[in-house]
Amino acid sequence: MEAIIPNSLVWMIFLLPLISFVLIALFIKPFLNNSPRISGYITISAVAGSLILSLWLLTSLLNTPSHELIIPDFNWLIIEGSINIHLGLTIDMLTVIMCIVVTTVSLMVQIYSQGYMHGDPGYHRYYVYMSLFTTAMLGLVMVDNLLLMYVFWELVGLCSYLLIGFWFHRPAAARAAKKAFIVTRLGDFGFLAAILVLFFSKGTLDVSQLHGYAVAGAIGSATLTWAAIGIFLGAAGKSAQFPLHVWLPDAMEGPTPVSALIHAATMVAAGVFLVARMFPLFEHSPEALSIVAYIGGFTAIFAATMGLVMNDIKRVLAYSTISQLGYMMLGLGVGGVAIGIFHLFNHAFFKALLFLGAGSVNHGTKTFDMRFMGGLRKVMPWTYATFLIASLSIAGIWPLAGFWSKDEILASALSENTLLFVLSMITVFMTAFYMFRVVFMTFGGEYRGSEKPHESPPVMVVPMVVLAVLAVVSGWFNATGGFSHLLGHGESHSFTEGFFGILSHPLPWISLAMAGSGILLAYAMYSAKWISPHRIAWFFRSLYVLFSKKYWMDELYEDAIGQRLLSDRLFAGMKLLDSKVIDGAVNGVADTVVDIGNSVRRAQSGQLQLYGLFIILGVLAIVISLLIWG
Amino acid sequence: MTLGLEHFLILSSVLFAIGLYGALSRRSAVVILMSIEVMLGAVSIAMVAFSRYVVPALLTGQVFTIFIIVVAAAEATVGLAIIIAIYRRRETIDVTKIDLMKW
Repeated sequence: MEAIIPNSLVWMIFLLPLISFVLIALFIKPFLNNSPRISGYITISAVAGSLILSLWLLTSLLNTPSHELIIPDFNWLIIEGSINIHLGLTIDMLTVIMCIVVTTVSLMVQIYSQGYMHGDPGYHRYYVYMSLFTTAMLGLVMVDNLLLMYVFWELVGLCSYLLIGFWFHRPAAARAAKKAFIVTRLGDFGFLAAILVLFFSKGTLDVSQLHGYAVAGAIGSATLTWAAIGIFLGAAGKSAQFPLHVWLPDAMEGPTPVSALIHAATMVAAGVFLVARMFPLFEHSPEALSIVAYIGGFTAIFAATMGLVMNDIKRVLAYSTISQLGYMMLGLGVGGVAIGIFHLFNHAFFKALLFLGAGSVNHGTKTFDMRFMGGLRKVMPWTYATFLIASLSIAGIWPLAGFWSKDEILASALSENTLLFVLSMITVFMTAFYMFRVVFMTFGGEYRGSEKPHESPPVMVVPMVVLAVLAVVSGWFNATGGFSHLLGHGESHSFTEGFFGILSHPLPWISLAMAGSGILLAYAMYSAKWISPHRIAWFFRSLYVLFSKKYWMDELYEDAIGQRLLSDRLFAGMKLLDSKVIDGAVNGVADTVVDIGNSVRRAQSGQLQLYGLFIILGVLAIVISLLIWG
Repeated sequence: MTLGLEHFLILSSVLFAIGLYGALSRRSAVVILMSIEVMLGAVSIAMVAFSRYVVPALLTGQVFTIFIIVVAAAEATVGLAIIIAIYRRRETIDVTKIDLMKW
């Protein structure tokens, strides 16, 4: 396609899923409730349309020298002289890459869901939420001002809440949904504060204008730092960074395709995207940038330790997601937009695939507990093959996708900060170990469950195969340096030079060795059984308890802070204040008035004749006094 | 003895005082209504007398009086209707016992 994409079609990228949402919610669900497949087809075709348009947009951008597209915006909210908020789109490479990631993963997940959600009574509702989520996510990556971004930011949070609590009749799901919503709200508060700080200091919410101010140094350094930290707080909430990571493992209560789309590939990456979008602000605030790097690096290893010991396959993947998101933050913090987003791009495909694989395993065995799996490679060959590819990819094995982005992050960490480099190197080892622990426990050995496992239907397998291809090749886009170049970084070189030349440096060999030893250890413990996992757990029992209790973070939040500090102290005190002081003042005023009223109400006998008598007496008194003194 | 304005005014005052006393002291709603009629009559006499003696060329007072008579008739009708309605519900026309709105 040579032609530049028309502006109206750019809008359609975002509007197509919205149309699907309205159509299903208002027409299909009420009138065609008996044919559930329709809503799936509508969503799939809408998302497929968005994907095609996104690809067209990509080719258009590649054909324009500036790699940007100006979309005329229109005014939305004008208050003369003070506020002028317009509705517009930012179309640059970052947007397009995110659009492609979101639409591709969304499309695969929607197709997969046709099989996974088959027969679920909430089938329509599921696709309503999924359409709305895709709309909101595309809106979030495309809009050009912070206010609208915040609107979509909250909208994806809402969809996440609705979808985690999709099976709301299960108390655990309802609870997890609430937890996710509340914890992310804590972060969103920082984002909102940052928006207000920027608005009151510069009077604009336009992202590109704010970038201009930040680059020109027109924002005070303290303001800039606080705004950047606020934005990062929002990002940390959405991307489940320490200390706001606690919601993501619980979010696994939702349907597995939801976890694949929202809690692995897209929404949790929105935090990373936000930092990338506002990167000029971070760039001019070294403190904020180092906070991003340290929190990211710490989260990466922190979450990985918990992933080592979980028995629920989805929880391992959840901790792995947190850990990888930490990598992305680290990449942003030490390397810049291109490196962080590149890992986001690769991670979206292989992590979505891992979740879809977990869902497929669950479809066959009706459980998520790996202790009741095993031996599935024989009955589920496709799931096994794709899951293995994704695991190799996330572990960072050359030449799969995960290797390329992880290597870049490690290289920039090495040049910036040795501590973070060491932490992330250890994380590479842990990542390989926990992923292959999953592989060996799930697919290796003998089957330990009671259900009769079976391979999933083609409607589920095909999306997994597509994602598996992407999980292999998505890293190659940057073998030439092309991906980074589009995001404004890096030098270009030929494909073969990048593809094989990387192996002439020592660093990739170190990370490959770390990953390899992780895989080897997992093999020794869970497949060959040279080392008993129980003895290891016993040997490191204090660490084991610490990890499997998730560092008591949930207890800290729920019991110590939630219950003891807030509920028992603060809220109880507030209640006392409310019932005694505030209610006391209100009731006191009322009581005083009633008392005064009681004392004078005898005068109101209700007898008109008596009133008349007083009127006459009054008139007489006036007349007499006039006669005497008048 | 020629009748002067003052004689009419004295008659009017006495009638008004009688009506006022009746209206304030009686308990029966019907008697109160009658007393009000007496007061209106007293006022009418004063009006006509003033008109005759003070501005003989004009008939303002007389016209006013005719209006008072009309309005008084209407008022008596409405008042009696209300009293009958109250009696049907409460079997009394003692105004001190009609105290539902009282605290």
